Amino acid sequence: MWNFIRRNERTLSSIAVVIAALLLWELAVKLFSIRTFLLPPPSAIFAELWKSRFFFLSSSLFTLYSTALGFVGAVVLGLAMAIGIVYSTWLNRILYTLLVVLNSIPKVALAPVFVIWLGTGIEPKVAIALMIAIFSIVIDAVLGLRTVDPDMINLARAGRATPMQILLRIRLPCALPSIFSGMKVGVSFALVGAIVGEFVAGDQGLGSVILQAQGMFNTTRAFAAILLLGVLGTLLFFLVELAERRIIPWHVSQRGPAADVPHA
Amino acid sequence: MIRPVSRVKQVVRLVDVGMTYSARGSQTVALAGMNLDIHHGEFLSVLGPSGCGKSTLLRCVAGLEKNTSGTIYCGDKVLDGPPDRLGVVFQRDVLLDWLTILDNVLLVAGFRNKLTPAHTAAALALLERFGLKESASRHPWELSGGMRQRAAICRALLDEPELLLMDEPFGALDAMTRDDLNLELARLWQDKQKSILFITHSINEAVFLSDRIVIMDRNPGRIIETIEIDLPRPRALAVRESVEFGQYSRHIRHVFASLGIMKE
Repeated sequence: MWNFIRRNERTLSSIAVVIAALLLWELAVKLFSIRTFLLPPPSAIFAELWKSRFFFLSSSLFTLYSTALGFVGAVVLGLAMAIGIVYSTWLNRILYTLLVVLNSIPKVALAPVFVIWLGTGIEPKVAIALMIAIFSIVIDAVLGLRTVDPDMINLARAGRATPMQILLRIRLPCALPSIFSGMKVGVSFALVGAIVGEFVAGDQGLGSVILQAQGMFNTTRAFAAILLLGVLGTLLFFLVELAERRIIPWHVSQRGPAADVPHA
Repeated sequence: MIRPVSRVKQVVRLVDVGMTYSARGSQTVALAGMNLDIHHGEFLSVLGPSGCGKSTLLRCVAGLEKNTSGTIYCGDKVLDGPPDRLGVVFQRDVLLDWLTILDNVLLVAGFRNKLTPAHTAAALALLERFGLKESASRHPWELSGGMRQRAAICRALLDEPELLLMDEPFGALDAMTRDDLNLELARLWQDKQKSILFITHSINEAVFLSDRIVIMDRNPGRIIETIEIDLPRPRALAVRESVEFGQYSRHIRHVFASLGIMKE
């Protein structure tokens, strides 16, 4: 028992903090008799979740699906763009300028236009999620691909490595830690994008659940959806982090105790 | 005075080589009028203050940069890009963190040809020679600086290169590790009679290791003097206490002093 607690100390302490916050919330609502349509107590939110569990499940899956599609699209397209930017001077000028311009527009403002272009189905949600998520992925991937030790590249070139070998065997693996930090930011943004898409049009997903609940002053239902969004966001973040641990166990930030080995 | 084997043929010949960088209208002359032969089986050191173009010289011989004037011959061909049988060691070991020491040693050879079990056997033999046999399956971050640099030397030696280029390879190591590696490098040269172009700041290191030392000065980078080191081989560290050794290093210090680089 004690061993289990010690091994999972960080996870357990996070769970304890969440439980304590929920208890405090419940207590405050009861103590100050706050009306439910202003702030429902956690118990009411969980009851609502349980009551309409299949409805919430399908709504969550819809949001998760559009987020995941947008995110994967952002990763694939973002990496391709980053490689293009690093390897070609004119792609660097064109794409980088476009990206900076695109990023200076609040992308939420573009959401209604996407509905005009792509309709009210899942497509505009995916597109907006992709558009919001791609920026941090491209920026971090470009940074990672560029900050490879120049002597590493020199060594490879002196060994007659082809540009493709340098990209695949040196630049990309070197850039992975940076790419993953871009992806961790990107995955949260993808969720924002999917919700914005659902706010603007359509009748599926947690975003539209919140919007409909608002129309009926059903604050409890809105909070239930918000809670699920929090769970979804955390889940997605940890999935990316899990992938990071699996794919780059050598990286300093992942290494753990082995980093204590003295460097003489 | 001159070992008969060392004058058979030059591995690399520089004829009037110059290197001028131009950026935004201003021109920097990094190398001017360099005439130099690297003989077969010779240990040639280049000694000079920082900014004298020693690294530029190495990069030109490695085919990483194209000299702006003059010609570099590799064997009897004009050098165009990295030569065939070349090993390079930089000041930083630039080992890849995600590969084991063995895979790091195999890396550069793998760029040029398809790796065979013979490569692995050769790599393991090299690692054993440098006392790294037990570390073959470990990762670079588990090793000390001296061991990492040994691994980098193994990597450079794997394809039985004709020419070994070393750019201040021991500059980042502590004094004791540096002595160890000087000794190991001297033994290696004794056994394999590779042609080595060795770039260093250290007068002691250069005298201890070399058959010949080229002294360079800066603005523009050029050869000031060439000194033959006629100390008996194989050399032990104790040779550094000998009268002849003292004479050589004193002479080099005089040259630097007369250039205003070093105070006497």
